Amino acid sequence: MIRIDSVTKRYPDGTVAVDRLSLEIPDRSITVFVGPSGCGKTTTLRMINRMVEPSEGRILLDGADIHAQPVNTLRRSMGYVIQNAGLFQHRTIIDNIATVPRLLGWNKQKARSRAAELMERVGLDSALAKRYPYQLSGGQQQRVGVARALAADPPVLLMDEPFSAVDPVVRKGLQDELLRIQDELGKTIVFVTHDIDEAIKLGTMVAVMRTGGHLAQYAPPAELLTDPADAFVEDFLGADRGIRRLSFFPSAALELQTAPIVAIDTDAARLGARAAADAPYLLVTDLDGRPLGWGEPRNLTAGSIRPEQLIPYGRPFVPGRDSLRAALDGSVLSPTGWAVAVDGEGRAVGVVSQQVIGAAIRTAHAEGRDDAKVGG
Amino acid sequence: MSGFFDIPSDLQNTYFGLIGLHLREALLPVLAGLLVSLPIAQLCVRFRWLYPPVLGVTTILYAIPSLAFFVVLIDYTGQTETTVMIPLAVYSLVVLVPAIVDGVRSVPAETLAAATAMGLGPVRRYFQVQLPIAVPAIIAGLRVATVSSISLVSVGMLIGNQGALGNLLNDANIYHRPELAVNSVLTTAVLAIVADAVLVLVRRVLTPWMPKESTR
Repeated sequence: MIRIDSVTKRYPDGTVAVDRLSLEIPDRSITVFVGPSGCGKTTTLRMINRMVEPSEGRILLDGADIHAQPVNTLRRSMGYVIQNAGLFQHRTIIDNIATVPRLLGWNKQKARSRAAELMERVGLDSALAKRYPYQLSGGQQQRVGVARALAADPPVLLMDEPFSAVDPVVRKGLQDELLRIQDELGKTIVFVTHDIDEAIKLGTMVAVMRTGGHLAQYAPPAELLTDPADAFVEDFLGADRGIRRLSFFPSAALELQTAPIVAIDTDAARLGARAAADAPYLLVTDLDGRPLGWGEPRNLTAGSIRPEQLIPYGRPFVPGRDSLRAALDGSVLSPTGWAVAVDGEGRAVGVVSQQVIGAAIRTAHAEGRDDAKVGG
Repeated sequence: MSGFFDIPSDLQNTYFGLIGLHLREALLPVLAGLLVSLPIAQLCVRFRWLYPPVLGVTTILYAIPSLAFFVVLIDYTGQTETTVMIPLAVYSLVVLVPAIVDGVRSVPAETLAAATAMGLGPVRRYFQVQLPIAVPAIIAGLRVATVSSISLVSVGMLIGNQGALGNLLNDANIYHRPELAVNSVLTTAVLAIVADAVLVLVRRVLTPWMPKESTR
């Protein structure tokens, strides 16, 4: 555990970058510092590995002051990932990754085999090992940056806006990859970003900071979205925090209907029976059960249903894996107002109306409030 | 019959002997200049305020005519190669110091921060990160310094035939053999071009990590 104990950073010109900050960073989880530029989030991160020395206060790592060991020993026990990766442009990918093991005195062969192992872990093709950084895309470089930080298997990983300089699609991939790696490795990760969505997606705990180095709120993301501490946090979270909060509500409990689902080769009798059911639309699937689109019962003729006459069904969700946000999104995207639930293979397992999703959201809210009370 | 490559006996040297001498008198000063520039440049990077005055001093030194240097130096080092080489070494600073400073400064802030965060101390950071990344800029400086040094050596003929190939200019005058002057000029030019090409080659060998499109 990293404990930041009333730490202040004041520069000689009088600027206060961090103002009496106190918080505890739990082990084996991702703690995100988020805030506008100038809020002291990067300064805080850099105080943990002593690239910046605090003016007051102290930082404890597992109970011991970080000044208790030589500075470079401390730094080598903490992986560091920076914006734009900061790779050594004059070294090959494999040697970049092997940097800290080499500093720790591993022999070249061992360091390289460890580096090769990490390339695989972060999803880099081993053919890239002998390449130089300029030959890689921004996203690949950032993966190398993560691999380099993990090379000596440090218990702590410091990440300073690591994904800010890559495009949104690559960024999403890197975020998912980080979550996957964290599932496997369970590091104590301190992550700095100015992107609140990134903070909410990645953080186990999120520290929202405001200009002047003040901690505005320190809470799990769901609590942040439910109960912003003040107007600043609320404003920083953005206008649609209600919708985004739905990401934390599971969709498993949604009551799905299977009656309005018909296969494209359905016969007249069954079509008639389905049309009688309490649904204004029928979801037509292909022979494997994959959704094709919605149709109004009176427009469908058994044996001659053509996929192009069907109404788009939006984006399906997977109950249990996806959240209520995905379910609501699916229902909003479809002109019929119904969301389609599919299994992992993409086969339709049910449909659900906006009304039912709405009811589920209200139930989840009520339970969330109870949980918050129990949690204190 | 005296030909293009027949060197007058007063120079006590062959054509290729003169070339060797010329290269030594031109390249040793550049090497010395490089060794002096590296620490000066590092100080300029470390203490930013130092850079403008250092630049000023090297520029003023560059502005001193070599003859003036010779007049002062002859009292100490006599009519020797050393007297020729000292000003050349001093002149090289005006190119090498800024080249190295720019090169070291061209290391991206993220790279330096990453190096620090991985526990590289200042010495390792300099030798393992800053200096290697500065190599292209340093060699660019060396190319200018080397070429100008090769052309400047000839001035040494003024202090008793210490100008290597430059001495041929004097002999062309004394013996009324203009072909010696042509020889001197052409050979010096070829040496400069070859030395430059060798440095480009060295750069390519030392920096396989540079993007190909920026290869010059």
